Amino acid sequence: MSVFLQSQANAKLPASASAQVNAWREQAMQQVQQVGFPHNKLERWKYAPLRALAGKSFALSNETEYSIDISQLPPAPRVVFINGRFHAGHSDTSSLHGVTIHCLHDVLQSGDDRRLHILGRQFKDYEAPFSSLNTALALDGILIEVAENSTNEIALHCVFISQGQSLSSHYARHLIACAEHSQFTLIEHHLSAGADSTMSNHVWHVHVKPYAVLNHARMQNLDAQALQFSRTDAVIAGHATYNRFDCETGSHFARHELSMDLQGEHAHAVSGGVSWATHSSTLDTRLVANHQAPHTQCQLLWRGLANDKAKSNFYGGIYINKGADGSNASLSNKNLLLSQQAQINTQPALEIYADEVKAAHGATVGQLDQTSLFYLQSRGIPRVEAQQLLTQAFYAQAYTLFEDTAFLAQFKPYLPKLLSASGIEDL
Amino acid sequence: MLDIKNLHVNVHGKEILKGFTLSLEKGKVHAIMGPNGAGKSTLGYAIAGREGYEITSGQVLFNGQDIAELEPEERAALGIFLAFQYPVEIPGVNNTYFLRTALNAQRKARGEQELDSMAFLKKVREKLSVLHLKDELLHRAVNTGFSGGEKKRNEIFQLALLEPKLAILDETDSGLDIDALKAVAEGVNHMRSPERSFLLITHYQRLLDYITPDVVHVMAEGRIVASGGPELALQLEREGYASIAAGAQ
Repeated sequence: MSVFLQSQANAKLPASASAQVNAWREQAMQQVQQVGFPHNKLERWKYAPLRALAGKSFALSNETEYSIDISQLPPAPRVVFINGRFHAGHSDTSSLHGVTIHCLHDVLQSGDDRRLHILGRQFKDYEAPFSSLNTALALDGILIEVAENSTNEIALHCVFISQGQSLSSHYARHLIACAEHSQFTLIEHHLSAGADSTMSNHVWHVHVKPYAVLNHARMQNLDAQALQFSRTDAVIAGHATYNRFDCETGSHFARHELSMDLQGEHAHAVSGGVSWATHSSTLDTRLVANHQAPHTQCQLLWRGLANDKAKSNFYGGIYINKGADGSNASLSNKNLLLSQQAQINTQPALEIYADEVKAAHGATVGQLDQTSLFYLQSRGIPRVEAQQLLTQAFYAQAYTLFEDTAFLAQFKPYLPKLLSASGIEDL
Repeated sequence: MLDIKNLHVNVHGKEILKGFTLSLEKGKVHAIMGPNGAGKSTLGYAIAGREGYEITSGQVLFNGQDIAELEPEERAALGIFLAFQYPVEIPGVNNTYFLRTALNAQRKARGEQELDSMAFLKKVREKLSVLHLKDELLHRAVNTGFSGGEKKRNEIFQLALLEPKLAILDETDSGLDIDALKAVAEGVNHMRSPERSFLLITHYQRLLDYITPDVVHVMAEGRIVASGGPELALQLEREGYASIAAGAQ
């Protein structure tokens, strides 16, 4: 077994009051040991820098107190986690209506099995080891239940702060369940408070029940040394809508898997995303839309950028299963290389086993268009500014999917200031 | 205003301009006509400073200053404007934002005060009404989804807003129906002034029915082969390029 997995297998967790959870944890750890550490010969791990990680030993993080400038955090309603542990003092959700929030740590202690079923999710061997490690080692997380017919105008911010100079890891498991006819907006922020070489691992379970609408944005802007494994399993019921926006800009290595199951008729998933890798980082995104019912719809529009010696990897798969007749699916992944040494890998995949289906997919990798650049310059706009303008216009395409401009307005102020932070090499 | 002396320009290693010479005075309108492949568009790009248009010998002087080494944006700030034959679509960049960024970048480069949004919008409205353009143009992305005519009108609108000293119009008449052609010509005529010079690059005489040039040049194989008054354009229309080019040699 790799040094990394050994170090995680040795971690000692306090037992839960739920015997069921303890059994799941043990089972998950067994699976991890059986499956072992992934390698680059596996198609789904082809471009990830795994070798360096495999040889590193991580201790479970036990540091949860840092001086944080609260004024820099998004406003309430918000929940704050520090190195994977809920921080009640910085959290405030009193302004939300019809929403029940628990932290997983409390539920694990009380042993309330009704709320712990998420830990019983069996991951397939190819989904292990990182998701199964999460089952085995998650100590905390946020469990959000949105009541039927409830509507909240304001978004709930989930702020995940990580910090640590030593090699430490933390695991968190989350749930958001939106009951029928409810509407909710959730914005995840993943950020580092100063230098950060921790490895964070998050698994989200998302349930959007019939006729519910969930807007879910996620900003990952961790420190350049940080590592993150993140997975979201969304299940979208009939006539429900899941609007999802991801902005990935930080980390030394971040793996992000987003899987959307369209389970009910007329279920609708929209996923927009920007993945911008800088310095020597690798961003590895894996997107899957699974159409399982008739007349389901998905629109996936992602833009990837890479500067310096960075790598941006993207896999986007649309599966229209037997019986999902009359479904409508589209995937667009365009990528922009902003330096000579940057690397982009993209793989769109489309499998159709149903009838009367509309499906389109496309992926490109290119550089800034020289004619457009000259056009802007010829109007007096300096070259660097023109490059920034074109780059901004490029990634802003990822917003164009969303009809709900209020949703966009809610997360846009929190988008990291990408342009000023990264230089664009003249090609 | 513009003095081009024995200009040789290579594009991708191939010589396109082969000893081009032209002197355009302040306030004058010169038309450059010529067949496909004569080097007309290359001339426009070389003056505006497009990358890859390498000046191998000769000079381009703008108000006495050699501009060969200047970036396109520096040339723009000096007052050189090129209306593109194929205006570029830039999805995601709002037209108003683009115009304001361009105008203020030029003003900044010239040491002038930048316009605030109120002053800018006032100027924009004034120019829109002169060119009979709709507000809607401002809210769209630059040239994105514009018809051919709208794109060309947007070029003239930029010309009106940026108020350059030298405007080069690269086949602005091509692809336009007669109404759009008239509208473009009207915009150009409105911009004519004793302080501003125009270089009209065109295939056809019909643009010159609406904009009367002071001088007409015929270009072939990378240089000027004949020059004359507006009557030269009519002669071209009657006799074709081949005979005039042959006559000149």
